[in-house]
Amino acid sequence: MDASSTTDISKEYLTFTLGDEHYAIDILMVKEIRGYESVTKIANAPPFIKGVINLRGDIVPIIDLRIKFNVGAASYDEFTIVIVLHIHNRIVGIVVDGVSDVVSLSRDQLRPPPDFGVAFDSRYLLGLATINEQMIILVDINELISSEEMGLFAFDEK
Amino acid sequence: MSIDMQQFHAVFFEESQEHLEEMEQLLLALDIEAPDSEMLNSIFRAAHSIKGGSGIFGFDALGSVTHIMENLLDKIRKGQMAISSSMVDLFLRSVDQLKDILHSYRTNESIDWASVHQLTQQLELVTSGKNQQEADLEKKQGYGFFPKTESLPEDAYGFFDKPAADDSFGFFDDTVEADGFGFFGDLPAAVGQPAQSATESARAASAAVFGFFEELLEPGNTKNASENNPGAGIPAFSPHNIVEIKNLPDPPVTIPTASPVAVDSFEKTVSEKKDPEQKQPIPKQKPADHVSVESSSIRVDVAKVDQLINLVGEIVITQSMMSLLGKSLEGALAEKFQAVANELERNTREIQEAVMSIRMLPVSFVFNRFPRVVRDLSTKLGKQIELLIEGGETELDKGLTEKLVDPLTHLVRNSIDHGIESADVRRARGKNATGKVVLRAAQQGGNIVISIRDDGGGLNRERILAKARENNIPIGENPRDEDVWQLIFAPGFSTAAEVTDVSGRGVGMDVVKRNVQSLGGRIDIESRAGQGAIFTIHLPLTLAIVDGMGVAVGDQTFIVPLVHIVESMQPAAKDIKTLAGEDQLLHVRNEYWPILSLHKVMQLEPQFTDTSKGIVVLIETTKYRFALFVDALVGQQQVVIKSLEKHYKRVQGVAGATIMGDGSVALILDVESLALSVNQTAHLAIAV
Repeated sequence: MDASSTTDISKEYLTFTLGDEHYAIDILMVKEIRGYESVTKIANAPPFIKGVINLRGDIVPIIDLRIKFNVGAASYDEFTIVIVLHIHNRIVGIVVDGVSDVVSLSRDQLRPPPDFGVAFDSRYLLGLATINEQMIILVDINELISSEEMGLFAFDEK
Repeated sequence: MSIDMQQFHAVFFEESQEHLEEMEQLLLALDIEAPDSEMLNSIFRAAHSIKGGSGIFGFDALGSVTHIMENLLDKIRKGQMAISSSMVDLFLRSVDQLKDILHSYRTNESIDWASVHQLTQQLELVTSGKNQQEADLEKKQGYGFFPKTESLPEDAYGFFDKPAADDSFGFFDDTVEADGFGFFGDLPAAVGQPAQSATESARAASAAVFGFFEELLEPGNTKNASENNPGAGIPAFSPHNIVEIKNLPDPPVTIPTASPVAVDSFEKTVSEKKDPEQKQPIPKQKPADHVSVESSSIRVDVAKVDQLINLVGEIVITQSMMSLLGKSLEGALAEKFQAVANELERNTREIQEAVMSIRMLPVSFVFNRFPRVVRDLSTKLGKQIELLIEGGETELDKGLTEKLVDPLTHLVRNSIDHGIESADVRRARGKNATGKVVLRAAQQGGNIVISIRDDGGGLNRERILAKARENNIPIGENPRDEDVWQLIFAPGFSTAAEVTDVSGRGVGMDVVKRNVQSLGGRIDIESRAGQGAIFTIHLPLTLAIVDGMGVAVGDQTFIVPLVHIVESMQPAAKDIKTLAGEDQLLHVRNEYWPILSLHKVMQLEPQFTDTSKGIVVLIETTKYRFALFVDALVGQQQVVIKSLEKHYKRVQGVAGATIMGDGSVALILDVESLALSVNQTAHLAIAV
């Protein structure tokens, strides 16, 4: 895609919080937002994979990014939110502390991500943006969720 | 055993209709200059599928046309013949004709054999390498009847050298002119050359006929022969003549099968051809008040059914939540509410059952087609074959059942054609003269396993390897047997010496593998030279239903497939023996069962850690047995198996997941792989 043509086209992002940090993901990846409900645990899964839930007949894995990236406390109460994502024809839910807003960001509002200092590996970051003096970290959620590191997808089948 | 084939006709019609439509679209999209080989393959496969189905049901008009189309397409896709626009035209006309034929079969109207024959002739001419113009020209001159006239007499004579006609063919002198060739007189051009040579000597004529029969007639396939047959000579035989031919000492035994029916149908053809001006068959008159075929079934996208199933599941959950709420009501309203809630519960349950039943079919729906296939094939090939069907009651998702038909048909045909030897060979090898083919379905762990076993000669390693080299398929030094067997799934691979109506084109296995893979399954071959071969199809359980026992551990529920459960009990402390510190054995009726704690395998906090407080479920798999220690039994129920892999990945010891009445997810245990973990950790699993 031509970079110049996208400069003034802004995309919409969903912002959410993990602990004290603010993150944003492409809203087109989001299928729905729902409250956290109890999950069915899966044996031999890493701790950040909480288990699976029934999403209208689909068995969907739930990941707690707070555990994976060690931000905030992984507590579950009635305000805990699950963002259900649609990635590579799969459905995955991520647990976050709260969903804040939907924001429009154009490319020239983005700053390159730092190599360190945020919980996420810079490979999964699209950039930083500032809205209302609040720093927002843009996450390439697609890349992150389908990464080998997450171990969500069986890689031999690709 | 009588099986109502009628029930499968509708499916065949629908499928064929789809295949035809697909062919049409592909033909129209085909680039004559640079035909896409994948498109040609698809057209070929469509024709092949129709041929296969029509073979099963005896829809010979369809079979004969598609057979020749297939020949021609095969040449084209192998590059032996370049495709031309006139060929595409011809194919499109064939598709139209096939649609007409299909319609006739569907409405039980009589088939327009005349146009069928004309079409097959044209197709054959093109296949034999002549172009359309020549073909047309020939037809104008009436050569259509004797496409290879010039060569016939000579060839034919070779065949009859021995039984040299004197006594046997005497009868021709009487009959040929009177009954047979008389009618050719109406077609001067057609009689032309061949008639001259023929009338000189009745032998020539009969030879031409026999030459023909040898090629086309196969025992037990009367109708087919008469359709394939462009028609030379047959009308020369009245039923009366045929009886006499029977008495011939040597000629092909196939002659008697030219029954009066075949002759009748041909005479119909002839009568239309008598008019030399009439190039095209009269287009079939379709009456205006034509009875439309209302299909009693509708084909619905599986995704829609899935969605329905999921939504109904949601309704059930919402309904149970509502019932729960209703319990907190009080007074007269509560009673009314409860009554309504009960009504709703019953209705939703019925809806759920009805929706579920849309998808599930016993596998016998597929299997029941095969006795007919086997019977026909064994007659055709002159082999004695016994078909055994096991596990027909295994329930299978409808989507899977439908897609299984083609691969299974191919495999069964293969087993009979290539696998089972002829009775003589079998006797010589010290086997029962009757070959055995076993078709079996079973649920095994997380899979549905369907196997086709024959006790024939097995696969021929050397021949497969030789063929692979011939086809330039790379093979390593001294490949393992399993790898060699997999070679037969390569496209265009066939070790059959000749292409027959039954198999040997090399499409079959290619398609089989493709179909099975598209179902998310895999296919394995086991073969022992001289003892037979087993083709095993493993299909995932997605959406299959399993009878299971719910067991509770901590706050979670698991489902154990009922087939593996021997019994459940609360063990007495004295029956539990400890071995090497941690491992435990359960003593039941003089046998020791290793105990596997589900909470350890699943890493959960159990209600009980003391084995004697909880419940043990005795489980037996095909290879091992063990006692599964759980907190409690929840109850027996039928559950729908959902794939964990769709959105996650395979989990060791888990065959899938299901959704319980309250909307929570329960994992279905894969006892086979659990048994394996018993074996690995405790070294205790006792082989059965």
